[in-house]
Amino acid sequence: MHHDFLDRYSRLDSPIHRLPTALKLALALIFVFVTVALPLSVRDWFIGLTITLIGVVALSRIPWLFLLKRLLFLEPFVLGMAVLTLFQPNGVRVFATIFVRSTLCLLTMVLLSNTTPFSAILKVLRRVRVPALFITTLALMYRYLFVLVDEAERMHRARASRTFTRETSRVHLWHALGTVIGQLFVRSTERAERIYAAMCARGWR
Amino acid sequence: MHIPDGFLDAKTAVASAVLSAVGVGMALRQARKTLPARRVPMLGLAAAFVFAAQMLNFPVAGGTSGHLIGATLVAVLLGPGAAVIALTAVLVVQCFLFNDGGLTALGANIFNMAIVATLVGYGVYRLVRRFVPGQRGLILAAAFAGWCSTVVAAISCAGQLAVSGTVPWSVSFPAMAGVHMLIGIGEGLITALVILAIVRLRADLLDDEAVAVAAMPVTAFVGFGLVAALGLALFVSPFACKWPDGLEKVAATLGFEHHAIEKPLLAAPIPDYALPGIGSAVVATALTGVIGTVVVFGLSLLLARVLIPHPTLESR
Repeated sequence: MHHDFLDRYSRLDSPIHRLPTALKLALALIFVFVTVALPLSVRDWFIGLTITLIGVVALSRIPWLFLLKRLLFLEPFVLGMAVLTLFQPNGVRVFATIFVRSTLCLLTMVLLSNTTPFSAILKVLRRVRVPALFITTLALMYRYLFVLVDEAERMHRARASRTFTRETSRVHLWHALGTVIGQLFVRSTERAERIYAAMCARGWR
Repeated sequence: MHIPDGFLDAKTAVASAVLSAVGVGMALRQARKTLPARRVPMLGLAAAFVFAAQMLNFPVAGGTSGHLIGATLVAVLLGPGAAVIALTAVLVVQCFLFNDGGLTALGANIFNMAIVATLVGYGVYRLVRRFVPGQRGLILAAAFAGWCSTVVAAISCAGQLAVSGTVPWSVSFPAMAGVHMLIGIGEGLITALVILAIVRLRADLLDDEAVAVAAMPVTAFVGFGLVAALGLALFVSPFACKWPDGLEKVAATLGFEHHAIEKPLLAAPIPDYALPGIGSAVVATALTGVIGTVVVFGLSLLLARVLIPHPTLESR
């Protein structure tokens, strides 16, 4: 697995990337809130918001194709829930409204996560007094997420390479998956114990 | 079940954000007081574990695939307080990094998937374990709790969508509850299988000692329960019975009621959500729910019997 599959372009160099994180975070927040709260009748606003976002994309030097792929990948999650709005009087309008809003917000968030390293966001969160225990949890999670995803994939591959039959029964598959996830938890626990020892050795607390 | 941006109105988003902040704050305070220092890295690792486990898909009927949600699993393994923190971290990272789930809906998503799912899962697990001891009880409790937590979280999500006026309750409730009654079966099954695997690999992780560390003092659990119950009362009860809409009342007293009206997010299509025949529909769905619950409990019992063939062996 590519270790940068989530925020691949967050460490590029561009005018947008160089902006202070707190500012970017605040702007993204304002942008999302305005998009969600504005009535759709003020169409000029929405056009303005869209043009601003496109400008940001151009300035940030993130490849268009990547953004498009990311949006297309995430859109089914929005659509899955948006379909529910169709079953009511005036449903098509509600659906269109929500679809436009969600897509704009989605683009904003994709831009935020691809112009700002997660560790920088954590620093801002620490400054606004988010409890230290939670920041530690987030930081450790971000650090070990890729390690564990890799580990899970390795275990999956190892099992696949030892299982010769192509058509394994579903019962077998489920059992195997349970074991893989269970093993993953055991390894996570053991890794957490090692990390704690390492943290203590480096003078944590 | 991740709600994207644009689906919730101001009052619902604010109310669920406040409730989640209170719930997660309580979990953090309790963890700071009672969690031993050596368990602190485990919170982050558990969050990363949930994220990694969610990437492993399992086949469901008809070529589709599902994945673990993990609230019940982590609550059983680490206790409810730690599970609330770990799952909140998962949702925050999913929102900021993966862009799954909206920023304005983050509070609602944390409420449904980190607080309600965890508490329901843990509560049902403890309750069933009290009545059915042994390894069979473990499997039965884990499977049933996994199903319950998924379904209740989905109902809470349906309530939020309906209170926001985005999706009428007569659509959101059957759709969300129905779909998640099926998804929940997978969740329960996989939760039970993972617990079984851990019992065989490192039974000490589920030992009484580990659980005693993880277990939560009754007062703290009552506090959590109140937060979850208050949220469910706000989001779900207006539809389940003829009580006055608590959230609307709060919004009115706080004064941002006319805010919500002046900017009709979606011009509430059904005034006061009173669809003709909704009463009987709700009764019918409730009845289906009860029958479904009984059936799933029976299935869990069967699963426990299949997976743990000789309950007498463990007493040896």
